[in-house]
Order: sequence, then C-alpha cells, then structure tokens
Amino acid sequence: MESPALEKLESVYTAYRESGGSVVSLLQDIQTEFGYIPQDAVHWMSGRTGIPASRFYGVATFYAQFYLEPRGKNIVTACCGTACHVKGAERVLTRLREELALEPGQETTRDGQFTLEKVACVGACSIAPVVIVNHKVFGKMGPDKVPKILGEYGEQPDE
Amino acid sequence: MVNSRMSKEIVINVCMGTGGIAAGGRDVMDAFIEAFRERGVDGRVEKHCAVHQVGCRGFCARDVLVDVSLDGERTTYQYIQAAMVPRLVEEHVLGGQPVTEWTVGPEYHAFHDRQVKVVLADCGNIDPDRIEEYEGVGGYTALRRILSEMSPGEVIDVVRESGLRGRGGAGFPTGIKWKICADNESEVKYIICNADEGDPGAFMDRSVIEGNPHAVIEGLIIGAYAIGSAHGYVYIRAEYPLAVERLRRALDQARAKGYLGKGIHGSRFDFDIKVKLGAGAFVCGEETALIASIEGERGMPRSKPPFPVFKGLWGKPTVINNVETLANLPVIFRRGAAWYASVGSEKSKGTKVFALTGKIKNTGLIEVPMGISLKEIIYDIGGGIEKDRAFKAVQTGGPSGGCIPSQHIDLSVDYENLIRMGSMMGSGGMVVLDETDCMVNIAKFFLEFTQSESCGKCTPCRFGTRRLLEILTRITRGQGRPDDIERLERMARTIKDSSLCGLGMSAPNPVLSTIRYFRHEYEAHIHEHRCPAGVCRELITYTIDPERCKGCGKCRRHCPVEAIEGQPKAVHVIQQEKCIKCGSCFEVCPEKFSAVLRA
Repeated sequence: MESPALEKLESVYTAYRESGGSVVSLLQDIQTEFGYIPQDAVHWMSGRTGIPASRFYGVATFYAQFYLEPRGKNIVTACCGTACHVKGAERVLTRLREELALEPGQETTRDGQFTLEKVACVGACSIAPVVIVNHKVFGKMGPDKVPKILGEYGEQPDE
Repeated sequence: MVNSRMSKEIVINVCMGTGGIAAGGRDVMDAFIEAFRERGVDGRVEKHCAVHQVGCRGFCARDVLVDVSLDGERTTYQYIQAAMVPRLVEEHVLGGQPVTEWTVGPEYHAFHDRQVKVVLADCGNIDPDRIEEYEGVGGYTALRRILSEMSPGEVIDVVRESGLRGRGGAGFPTGIKWKICADNESEVKYIICNADEGDPGAFMDRSVIEGNPHAVIEGLIIGAYAIGSAHGYVYIRAEYPLAVERLRRALDQARAKGYLGKGIHGSRFDFDIKVKLGAGAFVCGEETALIASIEGERGMPRSKPPFPVFKGLWGKPTVINNVETLANLPVIFRRGAAWYASVGSEKSKGTKVFALTGKIKNTGLIEVPMGISLKEIIYDIGGGIEKDRAFKAVQTGGPSGGCIPSQHIDLSVDYENLIRMGSMMGSGGMVVLDETDCMVNIAKFFLEFTQSESCGKCTPCRFGTRRLLEILTRITRGQGRPDDIERLERMARTIKDSSLCGLGMSAPNPVLSTIRYFRHEYEAHIHEHRCPAGVCRELITYTIDPERCKGCGKCRRHCPVEAIEGQPKAVHVIQQEKCIKCGSCFEVCPEKFSAVLRA
C-alpha cells in the first residue's frame, strides 16, 4: 500500500486502540477514509489487530452500509419503500437502469459517474415515488423525468 | 407607505421538510426574502421546520405550506410556489388582505382536528437545536421533579398506571419491562433507545428525533433512573445523518445543563448516553441482534430466553425502548398517568403516530388516539382515496404486518385488534391501497424485503422466505401451480412457528393476510393467468382501441421502446412483440380518448 493510505490506516488503528472500538467501528472508519472498504486495507488491519480477515468480511457483507467496491461520483438512490412501490417505483428504477446502461447486478457505471442503489424507505412517502441524487430529493417521479434529472449530473469536470 | 406597517410583527414560516424542499420550499423562502428586501419590509422569514426534517406539520401533500403571521394572526397557505410570493407580499403582508383563494381549506383543518398530539406536540413548533425552547414548553420539568421527589419504584408505578406499551411494534407494557429489569440485582445495567427504524414505509422515529430530540433524551434518563442504569445508548441508523447530528447536539446541551453526567441536578444519580451508529440491517431492530450490533459484531439475533432484561448488552441486564415510547414519558409525568390512561382504548392507552401514505389524498405523519377507527383515519384525516377510486385495503405493520380489507373499515385500531385481523401495529406504517393494487404483488414486495434482510442464522427464515418469494414470483408471472396457495399457507405456518426471531416469525404475515382476504386474486393469477388489478406485467397486454384512437401520437412519442406505430390522425397500433408493458401509453393517452386498453 502507498504511504498516504498507510497513514490513514494507522490513524484508524490508533483510534481503535484508544477508544476500545469494534469490527463495525473499524470498518466504518476505514470507509470514511477511503470511501469504500479496500481489500488491502482489510488485510493490513487484520494483520495489525489479529482479527481474521474473514470476520471483517463477515461483518462488511452483513450490513448494507459497507461497500466493497469504489462508488460513483454521483449517488442515485431510488426509494423502493412501500409507498413508492405502490406508486410505481419499479418503473422508475427500470428507466434509471436503462438510462445508465447498467447490466443486471452492476451498480456503478463504467465511467464511474453514477452509482445506482435501492433503499427501503427514505421517509418522504408523501411525495412518492422518490429518487435522491446525492442529497437532492426529487419527488413524484415518473420514468419520463429520469433523463432530465440524470442530465443535471454526470460528466462534470472534477471538483 | 411601508413604514405605516412597521409596527406590525411580520413572520413568514415556510415548510422545509423533505417534502417541502422537494416541492420548492427553498425557492419560496428566497422569494420572500427578495420581496421583503426590495420593498424594505421589516419581517422575519423562518423555516417552519429545518432542512430535511420529515414529517414536519404532517400535511406534506399540500406543500409548499406557508404561514403568514401578522401580529400573531396566522394564515396558512397551501401549494405555494415562488412565483406566487409577490402577490402574497403585496396583498397580504402590505395590504393586510389575505389571498383567500390560496389559503388552506376545510380538509386542512379536518386533517388536524381528529388528531391528538402528544409525541408530536412540539415537533415543528420548537427549534430542536435549542434546549431552551424545549425547556420553554415544560421540557425536563418531569425529570427534575422525579429526581427530587420520587423513588425509582414510584416512577415505575406511574408508568404501569399509565398503561404505556412499547411503540416498536409488539406492544409489551413498558412499566413491566422496567420492573423486571429494576428487580435484577446487578451493579451494571444498560438502557438502550432503539432508533434503528428500518421498516419501509415508517419514518416517525426519525421525525421525532429530528423534531424534538430532547423529549427522547428526557425519556431515556427517566428510564435509566427507574431501572438503576448509569449507561445509556441510542442505537440509530447511520442513514439518518440529520437525526444523528441533532441528537449529538442535544446530548451536548443536556450535558452542559447538568441533565446528564455525575450527580444529575443535585441528586446522587449518574447517567450518560452514547450514540451508536447502526450500519443498515433491518434485523437489528430485533433486541438481541441490536445488542450484537452495538457490541460490534454481525447483528444476528440469539434465542430468547434469556431475555435482555436479564442478560443483555455485554451480558448485563438491559432495557431496550423504542423512540416513540420514550418520547411519551415526559408527557406522562407532566400530565399524569390518569390523564394518559384516559386517552385510547381499553387495552391500548395513549396515542400512536402513523405514517399515512399510499393511495390517499392527505398523506403525511399523523398522531391519533388508540382505538380510533380505520374509517376516521382514512376518510376524515386522510381525506379519502386518491382520484376517488375504491378503497381496497390498508397495509399496517410493514413487512411484519398484513392487509386489512375494506369490509373491516370500521375496525378500531389498537394492538389487539390488529393482531386479530392478522396484521400488527408494527412501527406504524399505514399504506393505503386502492383497486389498482394487486395483493399478490404486495405480498411479493414484502417478501422481497424480508428475504433480503433475513440474517441467515436460522433455517426456517433463511430458506423459508426464499421459497415463499419463489412461489409468489411464479404466481405473479402466471406460472402458479394449482396447489400453490395451500403450499404457501403450509410453509408460512412452519416459518412462523419455527423461526428464531421476530423477523422470521412475522415475515409470512403479508402472505397469510392477503390469502385470507384476497384469495380470489391468488386464484385468478393461478387458474386464469389473470391479474385483476392489472399490475403483474407478464399477465397484462396493452392494446389500442381503433374505435377510440384519434391518432394524436402521444403514446407513440412516450413509448420508450418504439413499439407503437401510426401516422398522425390515423389509428395507432402496439406491436406486442416489442412491448415491454411499461404502461406509459396507458398513462399518457388523453382521458377524453381513453383509447389504450389494459387487459
């Protein structure tokens, strides 16, 4: 691993030692530093703490919050809660996948611009169906509105 | 001219919940600020509830809601957009004449009149980031009185007399849970606030924490005092960043004011609260799984007994209470157990917060007395079904609950009645379904959720939910087998009886309750390969009625796969082999033609 990454891991490890952390808190901190859970980081941390890598993966794959792959620049969250479901969330989701040209099982576009994820409920049931891009909420969505909304994002110059 | 109005106090409140912002709340606010600046009006423009706070005043269907208050006289407007602001400022703020055509109508008042606000009373009215505002409405007085006048035993007695039951879903009496834990001889005990709201379609816990975090904190301190615990946790979803932020700020303020820490308010009682972030797993709402998660492991449940009140976090006696339960406590002590017990039905006391959503006119967050009828909720508060379609059923209790059909609309809503109907209170999601909803599809939707959230520890739930989902999927595809209904029922009962935790035990409820009340829909799918509600894609076809089609071309332009052919002003035709059955044509065909048919 490169030295900036090692420094980050050292600081995560120090915090764990000092405040009595756990596997979950280690993974949360790693993800905060890297944006996802890199394989190298898990193996490094496993060597340092003596906790088997399998336990890290056991926990990381258990919770929806942990990502084992780098994520896209823009996070598109399609709410698939009950209220959104009965108001047509599935058709919105299908259109999102089409527009982003995602294969089944693929979550992040090849250019790294977008990651599409489903969420059970964002608590905005009153304006269902709901799509969130980064932190902006789009209510009363329909398949037709998808291209316009995605057009506002993506392929922007690096910030 | 403007100066003559200066003596008046002008306050504008703009609803800025998630719904309010999505409807354009920020633009409306900016428009007011701009209009005031231009005209030199000396008025305050305030967020009615801060950014992202869901629930707000509950009536999100009418966003953007705006209050214009002149000298405390408040007028509420609905559906306000930025372009409408100049007229509001001109005629109402400066001219003193409310713009009556934009004010809220009787439905707005009906929406609020039937509600009884205990937990939500101060949400949206006080600034959650200022402890002084909570104290200003009587906050922390209950705690102070308890610490100076009451023994832990007396506190437990009051809670038992009030009849308060857990709002997390199962409805276990809170006072009894506390008593069992208090009677445990242990040096160390824990109390945990369960804010791991994972039910799709319920968001009241987040709303309470975002709108009034101190009420939850005060409740937790009261509970800790009653059971003799010095350490508390709030286990909250990391997906709720704003709630986490508000909660942490509130805890800091409570510490600074001496409500947390050593020797709270001159007493000999020490207590402090840590925040633990959940990592996104529905099963962690289950007590023992939640404990495993706080301990930093996979959130998997273990068998009970021993119950957490005997052996919980780090092996010590632990009480776990839900957010809404805790938020009730300060009010119970302020207004008395007898008052609380006077609200509600015989066995279910107090109020319940519901997230009212789905095919209903007035969607939003409501708080009603226990025992209120479904009819009152749906028609008086909810304003009836959207587009005046026929009411079909209401789904309560989320993935653990079931559907209550229209013939039981007079049902009085409390813990026992919902269980009797094959559903449950759950955390309080209430999704209204109309004639265009397919009940097999709804059951499948919930099974998709529970199947993917099943932790996999016990076989009945791990395999059972998957098998149920497979069968439901084939039924919705028209491949159901003649004995599938019986197979579903048999398997559902086995899963209920043999699963390790509440997730598995309740996962079959959506299937059983839809079979119980809508068996004919299952039969139509299986025997006739027909989806009566026209939802299941594989079982429907779209065609264009040549008699009615006027060739406007709208369907052709909206079809995402170019499956529709036709010249302008000539009859259009859908090519079935290309059609993906998305339904776009059906929706866009102008009502006056209604030429697209779904069968």
